[in-house]
Amino acid sequence: MSDILKSSISELKEKLDSKQVKPSELAEAYLGQINKLNSDINAYISVNESLMDEAKALDSKQEKGELSGKLAGIPLGIKDLLCVKGQRNTAGSKILENFVAPYTSTVSQKLLDEGALVLGKCNLDEFAMGSSNETSYYGKVKNPWNYEYVPGGSSGGSAAAVAAGMAAATIGTDTGGSVRQPASFCGIVGVKPTYGRVSRYGIVAFASSLDQAGPMTRTVKDAALMSEVISGHDPYDQTTAQEAVPEWSKSLKQDLKGLKIGLPKEYFTDAITEDTKKVVDNAIEIVKKRGAEVIEVSLPLVKHAVPVYYLVATSEASSNLSRYDGVRYGYRSDFSKKPAESLEEFYSRTRGEGFGSEVKRRIILGTYCLSSGYYDAYYKKACQVRRLIRDEFMQAFNSCDVMLSPVTTSPAFKAGERINDPVQMYSNDIFTTSTNLAGLPGMSVPGGFSQEGLPIGIQLTAAHFQEQKMFDVAYSIEQELQLKEVPNVL
Amino acid sequence: MSYSDWEVVIGLEIHAQLKTDSKMFSEDSTQFGGGDNKNTSPVSFGLPGALPVTNEKAVEMSVKTGLALNCSIREKSVFARKNYFYPDLPKGYQISQYDEPICEEGYIDILLDGEKKRIGIERAHMEEDAGKSTHHGEYTLINLNRAGVPLLEIVSKPDMRSAKEAAQYARSVRSILRYIDICDGNLEEGSMRCDCNISVRKPGEPLGTKVELKNINSFRFVEKAIEYEAQRQVDLKEAGEEIHQETRLYDSTKNQTFSMRKKENAHDYRYFPDPDLLPVIVEQSWIENIKNNLPELPLKKAERFQQEYGLPEYDAFVLTTEREMAEYFETTAKACGNAKSASNWIMVELLRRLNDADQSIEDSPIKADMLAKLIQLIDNKTISGKIAKTVFQDMYDSGKDPEAIVKEKGLTQITDTSAIEKMIDEIIAANPGQVEQYKSGKNKLFGFFVGQVMKASKGQANPEMVNQILKSKLDS
Repeated sequence: MSDILKSSISELKEKLDSKQVKPSELAEAYLGQINKLNSDINAYISVNESLMDEAKALDSKQEKGELSGKLAGIPLGIKDLLCVKGQRNTAGSKILENFVAPYTSTVSQKLLDEGALVLGKCNLDEFAMGSSNETSYYGKVKNPWNYEYVPGGSSGGSAAAVAAGMAAATIGTDTGGSVRQPASFCGIVGVKPTYGRVSRYGIVAFASSLDQAGPMTRTVKDAALMSEVISGHDPYDQTTAQEAVPEWSKSLKQDLKGLKIGLPKEYFTDAITEDTKKVVDNAIEIVKKRGAEVIEVSLPLVKHAVPVYYLVATSEASSNLSRYDGVRYGYRSDFSKKPAESLEEFYSRTRGEGFGSEVKRRIILGTYCLSSGYYDAYYKKACQVRRLIRDEFMQAFNSCDVMLSPVTTSPAFKAGERINDPVQMYSNDIFTTSTNLAGLPGMSVPGGFSQEGLPIGIQLTAAHFQEQKMFDVAYSIEQELQLKEVPNVL
Repeated sequence: MSYSDWEVVIGLEIHAQLKTDSKMFSEDSTQFGGGDNKNTSPVSFGLPGALPVTNEKAVEMSVKTGLALNCSIREKSVFARKNYFYPDLPKGYQISQYDEPICEEGYIDILLDGEKKRIGIERAHMEEDAGKSTHHGEYTLINLNRAGVPLLEIVSKPDMRSAKEAAQYARSVRSILRYIDICDGNLEEGSMRCDCNISVRKPGEPLGTKVELKNINSFRFVEKAIEYEAQRQVDLKEAGEEIHQETRLYDSTKNQTFSMRKKENAHDYRYFPDPDLLPVIVEQSWIENIKNNLPELPLKKAERFQQEYGLPEYDAFVLTTEREMAEYFETTAKACGNAKSASNWIMVELLRRLNDADQSIEDSPIKADMLAKLIQLIDNKTISGKIAKTVFQDMYDSGKDPEAIVKEKGLTQITDTSAIEKMIDEIIAANPGQVEQYKSGKNKLFGFFVGQVMKASKGQANPEMVNQILKSKLDS
């Protein structure tokens, strides 16, 4: 069964189509791995209790040859930020501890419509606010490659699950790098689609103008397949694009002739560790070898990306998180012993007890940015700079097709190392936030390892709705490298 | 009412509930009756991950209203979040419009005591309603059926100078909203809500501190509440005291206003553009199309009725308050060719009955074409005006055609000279004493004879002919 846990979706599909394996056997294998490792890795907050029933229903379909759908019988994990009807949806927070979603997010529905099985809900930083998966109320997630290290965040549980064979693939969300960075730290593929590609309906909002769900997979082809399944206009999300969704997984090319790859010089700084530099340089050689022309591009304004990101994201978050007030659902402070004397006390006690400190920090920061007297200097100014950053990227994409860079300055850091220093933690997002600010598609593809054996990813960024080019570059790197290493736990 | 040398300055904020089938940002129905919290969904409930989607019909109605209020329409307007905590506000913010509202800079003309006055409209913006809290001592219940219902907030300029003027403005806005069919305009049921901003000053001075009055649910109370509040402020000023900026509620049973909340630490709503919603873009051609399809508005219609039908100003005004009423009048007037008579029958006989029964013109058992027929029966002398009143009552009760009633009951006026002569001859023969007295100079007895003839004809003899023939017979 161990090779099942290492298989890509494409490989699993072959096995299912040729009836070498039943959907219930797949589900059982992954469930077994979850049962074995979750107490250590903590990748899941909850496991789907009706999984085996759902899988057995697919068995009979398989027998009759009726197993249809791009993901039929494939066991997936979903970040605990996307509502799935009947399952708990905690957002990694105490304030939603007992919240069972009464409806299904569009992304989850699209996966279910293609026959996917939901293994459970993956751990994450509380409300997706974090870069190390250490802020979850349900405990931190460990990096399957080395338990002393963080898996990255906020989609740390989704990344760790794929790396440790606890899911064939997962869905994460990326607001400032929350798919790409943990994918890089855990040695898997992670995609943040163009803003507007994927519906946000049913996904707990962190920063509405930046949030985008994306797949986390073992291979580029799986990522392309999952991306095409979850993309598309949604009448329930006005910000989704009408753009047609190509079948990316069927058009992957390794030949990069005619493609121009831009290296943003601002991303190649002294802050990058030697190991990361080596891995990135190697990727540059690969794309050259595959026929791409490599040029230097400049994005002078991206140096402002982190502060701009933290102003925009926290402002939106401060408003988005107002609905968690204990009135209609979710955690409510225990007022039976000491009743609230005012409405204000009702809110402050409920929210004070329900939110963790990182979430509170961001709500306070965002509230401050939007306050009268500060709005112009912070929120409005940040939006203006954001537009300039976007323009700058669009300008740069006139001279190249895809940008290649590190995802972060270094591979995964140790748990506890940065959690008490928000500024150092936030600076981890230095290469990823600008992609969200500009609304561009971006991804992380495994590029190699550090001397300690920790994975290092390569970040690829394309122009709006040009995912295909980005997938092609990632595919060529993947095919050239043929990385076979897996964590010891597999 | 006068406040010695103080000037009262009034501005109104009217919340009009748009007559859409679904809510402002969701598919939830706006038709209540299914029970508490039935018209809800993840969106109305503010569930994690729920997203708003703009109701295009609400945008269209808002543009229509803006045009009817002579506003300029923004081709690009923006929804913003107004952030505050309240239990019946499910998301912790209300989606509204802030610095880029859909309608700006308009006006309407109102008619008061025969004079026309122009009241400026500062803006009209779209927003969603909150839910409803009901307090039960120890606990509070929340019903979210209203949450997300589309509203258009119409903000006037501080152009009104009396309570009467403000009430008239509110009535005129209501009338327009009902004409263009975007709002029921029902203050009692809350489909239209009216907040009043009031301040007082000495003429020529800058504006005084304003007080907001909420919770006013009839036009009569708009007037009374403002009168009370203006007097309260004048009294305070006269006593050398300051007016505090605050929100006050009007209690109609006591005819008083009382303080709801002080605005000393004014709310910071932290407005910012809602990132879940795209800006509302309306094309000029679309706006033009709506503009070209606007109906004739009340004041214009009243002016036309005066010119075209020679109606007095008051009548023209009453008949045009409601679009259906105006249509009823016009249909009747055109069908019978006697606008004055149509106006009189509607204003006197029909409206009295409808008002008594608390019904509107659409409920009238007498349709316009039937009233026109009745008027024609009078005008062609088939029936007398007096008989017409009983026929009218019969029509109102039974909904029947007046011609049928006249035929059925044999009410046709008698205009046959020989028949009338025959009746008169019989009356004269039967009353020799009275004839004697009349001839000896008791002219007053003429009325007695007319009465006898009308009685004998069951009121159907043509009165003019009776007069004429009787006179010639008695005087011969």
